[in-house]
Amino acid sequence: MSKLLDELTERAKLAIDKRAPFGEDIDLSKYIHPTEEHEYIDDLEDLPEEDKERLISVGVDTSEEQRSGSFVQHNNTVSHRRALQEGVEIMGTAEALEKYDWLRDYWWKAVAVDQDKYTAHVELYQNDGYFIRVLPGVKTTFPLQACLYLQEEQIVQNVHNIIIAEEGAELHMITGCTTGPKVQEGIHLGVSEFFVKKGAKISFTMIHGWEENVAVRPRTGVIIEEDGVFLSNYILLRRAKSLQMYPNAYLIGENATARFNSIIAVPEGSHVDGGARTYLRAPGAKAEIISRTISTGGTVISRGHMIGEVPGVKAHMECNGLILTETGVVSAVPELEGRVADIDMSHEAAVGKIAKEEIEYLMARGLSEDEAKSTIIRGFLDVDIMGLPPVLEKQIKRAVETGGKGFM
Amino acid sequence: MLELRDLKVEVSGKEILHGVNLKIDEAQTHVLFGPNGAGKTTLLMSIMGFPEYKVTGGQIIFNGEDVTALPLHERAKRGVGMSFQRPPTIKGLKTHQIIELSAKGSISVDEIAEQINLGYLLNRDVNDGFSGGEIKRSELAQLMAQKPSFVLLDEPESGVDLENISLLGSAINKLLQKDLKKLRVNSCLIITHTGYILDYVEADTGHILLDGRIACAGNPRELLGHIKENGYEECAVCPSC
Repeated sequence: MSKLLDELTERAKLAIDKRAPFGEDIDLSKYIHPTEEHEYIDDLEDLPEEDKERLISVGVDTSEEQRSGSFVQHNNTVSHRRALQEGVEIMGTAEALEKYDWLRDYWWKAVAVDQDKYTAHVELYQNDGYFIRVLPGVKTTFPLQACLYLQEEQIVQNVHNIIIAEEGAELHMITGCTTGPKVQEGIHLGVSEFFVKKGAKISFTMIHGWEENVAVRPRTGVIIEEDGVFLSNYILLRRAKSLQMYPNAYLIGENATARFNSIIAVPEGSHVDGGARTYLRAPGAKAEIISRTISTGGTVISRGHMIGEVPGVKAHMECNGLILTETGVVSAVPELEGRVADIDMSHEAAVGKIAKEEIEYLMARGLSEDEAKSTIIRGFLDVDIMGLPPVLEKQIKRAVETGGKGFM
Repeated sequence: MLELRDLKVEVSGKEILHGVNLKIDEAQTHVLFGPNGAGKTTLLMSIMGFPEYKVTGGQIIFNGEDVTALPLHERAKRGVGMSFQRPPTIKGLKTHQIIELSAKGSISVDEIAEQINLGYLLNRDVNDGFSGGEIKRSELAQLMAQKPSFVLLDEPESGVDLENISLLGSAINKLLQKDLKKLRVNSCLIITHTGYILDYVEADTGHILLDGRIACAGNPRELLGHIKENGYEECAVCPSC
């Protein structure tokens, strides 16, 4: 075991200066590693009002009434964790590693430790993250929630998460990542490794709400076995100075399914480079990437790379972007790679301003031009595409309405 | 109700309507015939107020008010409503939502949908993958919610199967208050190529539009019979016009 650990450390050390292929190269040395531990919070309702508000804005239910469990990490300390359903395990990854030897078999299996300097940094300086596991056949009644909260100025938040849905299990999860009201600058490095076992399902909804000068580098890998389903929904409607992510999903079992939906808005000063890559490695595997992006002055790059490696797989990608101001940039980069003949892969991409015909059509029904535009944008940001459980759908709709106030 | 006085309209710098005069009184249903390219759709779009259809001369008077310079939503608010031939798809906006948005006063979307066999489309995105007939019915449902007093219909029967055409006809009749005799106020201008709609909707007057001008007016059935027999070429040289 220690040999394995040494090897990971070695690989991380070698990659500590390795630039990521996409996104601005960030100098990690300018950030501080927090040393103080945050106190444990028994009840999320006891959080200071200003922090509570931030958590609620990214989907956290502080009452936990409609949740099957919660996990909160302040900076690099686990500050709250509670499982509210039998068959669901929630704890910090440090604690989980102590508890389960076998967890090492999952450690850096879906994401390469030496992928780039950010993954290397997480391995070398890692403090925590969440470990969530749903036991075989268990289906969560309510969604689980996790919140990664960056509360101090200028710090680097290192997170390594492991999420496992055992055979036949079903997990709905909502994760909110945000910053405290006083934080102007910082960096969030979040590694997430998902394992969807045979016949299991994970729906993972992530809402980001960052501050002006926060840089964000999530690194995600997903391994999906036979008949497994992974559904990712990503929502970012607030300014993020520099955010780059490109999750990889490996569909290794027959009939494995992956779907990545994202709704991203970039105001001026935001630079977001996002997308998803799916490897379809077993017959009957299906993948879909749907992105809706809006620029009100910022830059958003919406990538997608779908790789069909065996016959009988199906993949589709849709990248739609709206530019609402003169200066915004929306870039759609869909990429399909078929490595065998018998596959069905397609994509569609459209970028531009709101179609005049659509505005006029609604105006002919009596709506003013502004009303027509906001109606179209609201439709464009339709969360129905996400296939969320009802308890989340309402909440996400509200979050989108609130977050989109500025341009709706 | 509606009066066009010497209306001249250009599209992309080219004049399409060369001085149209037309008067449609309250409670009247008029039909517009004309060959392709005569300017029928341009006429409807100009009355509705689409900015691409630039009025270069003449006036549009609606209920005594000169609406020539009013934007289209203001005309819609005043009671002009239109069924589109090829409406755009609006992703994410559901059909029931556009019916609700179109509503003047309180309406029951379900009731409207039932009348026009639209229930199964209510949760679909507006016009997304709709067949020709479904588009027509969705358009009419929006108008039924909007309750315009002056209705513009662009080929309401095209693409509609026989099963639904009488359904469509009765919905139009309801929209035009055909069940009311003395109290009827709503008027309508219908473009039709085939004239099939006349089997279901009773029209008072027909007009033939030729090369951007009204060439003829009269009993709609007689006009249709004449066109069927002689084509529009005959119309162009008809001494009575």
